[in-house]
Amino acid sequence: MASGVFNFLMKSCRPSNVRYASSRTVTLIPGDGIGPEISAAVQKIFASAQVPIEWESVDVTPVRGPDGKFGIPQSAIDSVNTHKIGLKGPLMTPIGKGHRSLNLALRKEFNLYANVRPCRSIEGYETLYKDVDVVTIRENTEGEYSGIEHEIVPGVVQSIKLITEPASQRVADYAFEYAKLNGRKKVTAVHKANIMRMSDGLFLRCCREAAKKHPEIKFEEKYLDTVCLTMVQEPSKYDVLVMPNLYGDILSDLCAGLIGGLGLTPSGNIGLGGAIFESVHGTAPDIAGKDLANPTALLLSAVMMLRHMDLGQHALKIEQACLATIRDGKVLTGDLGGKAKCSEFTNAIIKRIESS
Amino acid sequence: MSMLFLHLSNNSMLGLMKETGHSILQQVTPTIPEGKIGCTIIPGDGIGPEMMQCMQEVVEATGAPVDFETFFLSDIQYRLSAKIDDVVASVKKNAVCIKGILSSPVSGEGGSLNYQFRQKLDLFANVVHIISIPGVPTRHKELDFIIIREQTEGEFSSMEHETVPGVVECYKIVTEEKSRRIAKFAFDYATGRGRKKVTAVHKANIMKLGDGLFLNCCKEMASLYPKIKFENMIIDNCTMQLASNPHQFDVMVMGNLYGSIVDNVSSGLVGGAGIVAGASYSANTVVFEPGARHTYSEAVGKEIANPTAHIVCAAKMLHHVNLKVHARKLFRAIDKVIGDGKKVVSTARTIYRNGGLSRLLFGDGGGLCGGPPARSILIKFHCWFAIHGAQAVFPTGLPRLCSVVCPH
Repeated sequence: MASGVFNFLMKSCRPSNVRYASSRTVTLIPGDGIGPEISAAVQKIFASAQVPIEWESVDVTPVRGPDGKFGIPQSAIDSVNTHKIGLKGPLMTPIGKGHRSLNLALRKEFNLYANVRPCRSIEGYETLYKDVDVVTIRENTEGEYSGIEHEIVPGVVQSIKLITEPASQRVADYAFEYAKLNGRKKVTAVHKANIMRMSDGLFLRCCREAAKKHPEIKFEEKYLDTVCLTMVQEPSKYDVLVMPNLYGDILSDLCAGLIGGLGLTPSGNIGLGGAIFESVHGTAPDIAGKDLANPTALLLSAVMMLRHMDLGQHALKIEQACLATIRDGKVLTGDLGGKAKCSEFTNAIIKRIESS
Repeated sequence: MSMLFLHLSNNSMLGLMKETGHSILQQVTPTIPEGKIGCTIIPGDGIGPEMMQCMQEVVEATGAPVDFETFFLSDIQYRLSAKIDDVVASVKKNAVCIKGILSSPVSGEGGSLNYQFRQKLDLFANVVHIISIPGVPTRHKELDFIIIREQTEGEFSSMEHETVPGVVECYKIVTEEKSRRIAKFAFDYATGRGRKKVTAVHKANIMKLGDGLFLNCCKEMASLYPKIKFENMIIDNCTMQLASNPHQFDVMVMGNLYGSIVDNVSSGLVGGAGIVAGASYSANTVVFEPGARHTYSEAVGKEIANPTAHIVCAAKMLHHVNLKVHARKLFRAIDKVIGDGKKVVSTARTIYRNGGLSRLLFGDGGGLCGGPPARSILIKFHCWFAIHGAQAVFPTGLPRLCSVVCPH
């Protein structure tokens, strides 16, 4: 019964089925540190490309709620709930007790069950790997990060990894849908079911079932060990990877490492209550406010968002302008080895958009 | 070949062992011929048996006085499998073992043979030395770091249950005792090998209790070793750093699952599962096995797998049992063969053609990563011994593996 309701909810909120009204508003969470600068850059670029969306900027600085706990302000929650889509800059999690990680709070609030991270080698920014083009899709609500832990007797800690059928099913289904929508050929389920036979076994079973529903997409199963080993040798062997929480966390960062770090990797969180796209790098307080930050990751996340909203044409235009600017190598921010300021880099992209 | 054996029978080390070794060895190991060192072999699944053959032939070529006791252990072919207790008894008796990779079936109940083997022998510490071998084409050059992995608890505890249909719980166990033991092992290992830094890898920001306990044990241990620098790193960042800047690492210590991930990523950096050797330690025994655990069963019988990892395991085993002369021979041979790939193969080709063995497969020997046929590598080793084995002085040039792993 419960899973029936679950399925119904999932189907009704499945992103590919959601059609948005013609005038679309996107909730913008500029974030902390360099967040406001790079968000402004993205807004400027979007305006020049005449993307038919409006922004609603909200602040998510925690406030004390009626229950006495710090949390996201209700107005921000309402905004995302209304518009179902958001773009988010980096957030700083305050250190100390009593603060829940804001990222975690957002994830919980909007049931963001799948984290999607496309990693593609960027021409003009050379790393040791030139042929990377993988998408990691990570289950984001349970698994090792369920947060259930206790000390059974002094000196013995038990952490529980929780795998459930509905959560595994929806992420597996999403992986295949993503592959189909984005013209991908193959989905690889990453698991360790030879050791964790029941938990990873359940996840694997759900992936197999999803694969049956999408015969046009190739499906394969690989052990986590094998993927780790071959990813650093021949990353071109993989296309879309789907996996439980911890493996996804690790592999998505590994893939980002192949293409030069988190400064260039976009990320999207797909959920039942909406979707939030974000840059996954830090707030870089040392260069905040100095017009030195690189807006690429947030811009590419915004491009992902446009694709998610069926605005593929605009997405392509912006993406090409951004990648061409980097490939060109004339106007680059400091992290890419250039001397340009954030605003100069932004203007270079705008110039390309306007001339195209 | 006759020349080879002639040389071996004159080997002074062998003679020495015969003269001095028997009185002690006879009491402890009655089944091993006198003067010889016993070593248990577990070929494993997939390419394991082929690789062990390669390894044994090569070890025999060095003339090392080693007697192998082979036990076929397998979860898949369980009817052919030896009893786990017999294997464990043999390893306990010999104190050294060379093990291939056992494949763990996806279905089934209880702990796999791998798990039981490690539990019964209490092989708590797995050590993988990641080292770039000159001649192997890789993106990253000159890597040299050590990965130490706790492998008796953590995620691989095989404790799972379905609480209600569709909901599975899997336990990860972290204990203070074992965390402290592995931390001490890591710092001792670093001290013993003149390393400067130990990095603890964890996910204590999420698993605050479990990984937090592990991290605290490492921190406590670090305070007892003031000469060794201590750092800690979160596992996802660690894999990213491995891909982009692996030279920063020296000795790394971590729990079970993270160890498996880091072992594999790092093995990929230096050329793949075929060339990285590892060892699992208990208080009394050492089991040498490839560092990245893959059965590579799709390569069975095709003679395309690379036996270097197994041969390095054997060389490390010889070094461990104090047959240093033979260990050194083997390490040098590996360095020579891999470093001079093409040259050695062409010599091999000529010799074997003249000897009427041209029907044997040869790879072009371009690079080991691409996987020239195993047979070709085996022949390469044989040739190396056949050509240079009788000489006391080996040509110098590329003995990096040799000088780092086996310095004496």
